[in-house]
Amino acid sequence: MTDTLQGAPASGAPVLSLRGISKHFGAVSALTEIDLDVHAGEVVALVGDNGAGKSTLVKILSGVHQPSAGTIQFRGETVTLNDPSAALSLGIATVFQDLALCENLDVVANIFLGRELDPLRMDEVTMETRSWQLLNELSARIPSVRAPVASLSGGQRQTVAIARSLLLDPKLILLDEPTAALGVAQTAEVLDLIERVRDRGLGVVMISHNMEDVRAVADRIVVLRLGRNNGEFAPDASNEDLVSAITGASNNSVSRRAHRRHAQAAPHAPEAGQ
Amino acid sequence: MTDSRNQAVPAGEPMLDRRDERVAHAATFGDTIRAFLDRIRSGDLGMLPVIIGLIIIWTVFSILNPVFLTPNNLVNLLFDSSTVGIISLGIVCMLMVGEIDLSVGSVSGVASAILGVLWVNHGVPAGFAILAAVAFGALVGFIYAQLYNRFGMPSFVVTLAGLLTFLGLQLWLLGSTGSINLPYGSPLVRFGQLLVMPAAVSVILAALPGVLMLYTGFRTAARRKAAGLSSQSSAAIVTRAVAVTVVAEIVVAYLNQGRGVPWMFGLFVGLVFAMQYALTRTRWGRSMFAVGGNREAARRAGINVRMIYTSAFVACSTLAAFGGVMAASRLASSSQQAGTGDVNLNAIAAAVIGGTSLFGGRGSAYSALLGIIVIQSISSGLTLLDLSSSLRYMITGGVLAIAVIVDSLARRSRVSHGRA
Repeated sequence: MTDTLQGAPASGAPVLSLRGISKHFGAVSALTEIDLDVHAGEVVALVGDNGAGKSTLVKILSGVHQPSAGTIQFRGETVTLNDPSAALSLGIATVFQDLALCENLDVVANIFLGRELDPLRMDEVTMETRSWQLLNELSARIPSVRAPVASLSGGQRQTVAIARSLLLDPKLILLDEPTAALGVAQTAEVLDLIERVRDRGLGVVMISHNMEDVRAVADRIVVLRLGRNNGEFAPDASNEDLVSAITGASNNSVSRRAHRRHAQAAPHAPEAGQ
Repeated sequence: MTDSRNQAVPAGEPMLDRRDERVAHAATFGDTIRAFLDRIRSGDLGMLPVIIGLIIIWTVFSILNPVFLTPNNLVNLLFDSSTVGIISLGIVCMLMVGEIDLSVGSVSGVASAILGVLWVNHGVPAGFAILAAVAFGALVGFIYAQLYNRFGMPSFVVTLAGLLTFLGLQLWLLGSTGSINLPYGSPLVRFGQLLVMPAAVSVILAALPGVLMLYTGFRTAARRKAAGLSSQSSAAIVTRAVAVTVVAEIVVAYLNQGRGVPWMFGLFVGLVFAMQYALTRTRWGRSMFAVGGNREAARRAGINVRMIYTSAFVACSTLAAFGGVMAASRLASSSQQAGTGDVNLNAIAAAVIGGTSLFGGRGSAYSALLGIIVIQSISSGLTLLDLSSSLRYMITGGVLAIAVIVDSLARRSRVSHGRA
């Protein structure tokens, strides 16, 4: 498949560099020979159809699964990620799709969950100040950090989950479908948030099914198909190129559908191609 | 919202947690009252139902029989509350992680049997016998936790099996005689039946919570101010502390009109405060809330979920065994009846009536204290009216049903009002 990368890659050595990563579940090859580079201050979007291996790749990077073959280089050193805490302590933070927040606890408690300061006499004042710092750095709009997470909107919860991932000062953040459950305005807020995280100099890997979001925020789009690399695109790549890379053919259900609609709408709106 | 990255708050800037102008913050006393009413309306009831329930129950019973509110009856009520209350404190731990222990009655019965057999029949010093009984409770909790964690047995099945097993063990331990009398005049029995605080000690102890509230209140306010966060006003801190002290001192003064405040009740209240501190101010307590609220989120946050469950099971059974020892000292005997009948459900009902949710992740140690006083008030009031235990069971069952209904409705209301 052609490599149509046009955007200038972020400068310097990659924060994360995967070479030849494979993962087998029994007879099933979920991932085959995956290569991926992520630089500091860069948002890499990972796209692909269902079953392309995106989530498996994220789980390998967050330490949930171990690769069957291949090497992971993090900040220039080859590392093995045996469990989630290994990934966390290296500086790889993951925001899971279902966010994994405790709705009965307040924002501060969620941000510091499992990492409370002073286990026998929790330092609530410092924890609250630090929470506000993190949220302010993200220009987050959270009404009160003492409100239970249950009272927050979907976008605000996403913000809390991202703020929590920033607590340990990570070098790389993995976001699994950060906008899947959100409305239009909240999606825009989360995309703003991702840009601010990138501006802090962190590497960001974002999984999404939403091509519009991907184009809006990604510096590079990496396509996976059936567990293999299937091309790398700049955010201004044409929709047809992306879709054909994702589905693996130029004549696919999406393009056929677009073609039909194009034909119908042609007299009124010649540019309608979605 | 200002996009300020400064840590310190410059003069004129709003405080760190007061920058979102969309949020109304209580500024005046009226605002505080209004915020409180809003919270109640949205289903965040806290201790309110139990306090209202207590007022109703006391009013009704004192009208029906004036003896009910006499100091000495209340002193007896506190003696009786302490034993089941300690057991109920363990139930609070289990409910907190969203599980339940149905065997606390049986475990307390075995503990009292162990105490009787070791101390009276075998002449082991009382201290060691108590220690053995409590250690047995810890062991039981550990076994439950292993069955729960390793085999995934639901907690109510594990503990239902435990209920029968330990009832059998209790009967076997006590053998054919059926009951062992503990020596009257021994410190343990005196502690359970007679010992009350000297008036001066009870007055000083009653002032302690208020003093602590003042100290921690001002300390926290000063630290929050230094960190650029909003803080409670001095007036609010003092008002709350004074209110608590006045109530506590009135209660103590009233009880001192009779026999006085039982030491056993003092021990129970001490345990309640210790548990409340552990639940709200330590990492362990925060983890308990987290596991009860969202087990998977707690796991991904790096909390050792199995260990938290184990700690809850062990705490519950240990407190049940200790409550059993206290019950034996209260009754001056280890009998086959100890821990049977309504002990189990009273302990669970107390925790729920006091406001600890059956659904996990919500509650406080205070619910054991308030809940058991409600339960014992009903029991004591009905006994004074010469009503049989058949009616007592039915009424207590009804109160438990009401408490669970209130819990469920409040939960639904909280969900629709966006509170956890």
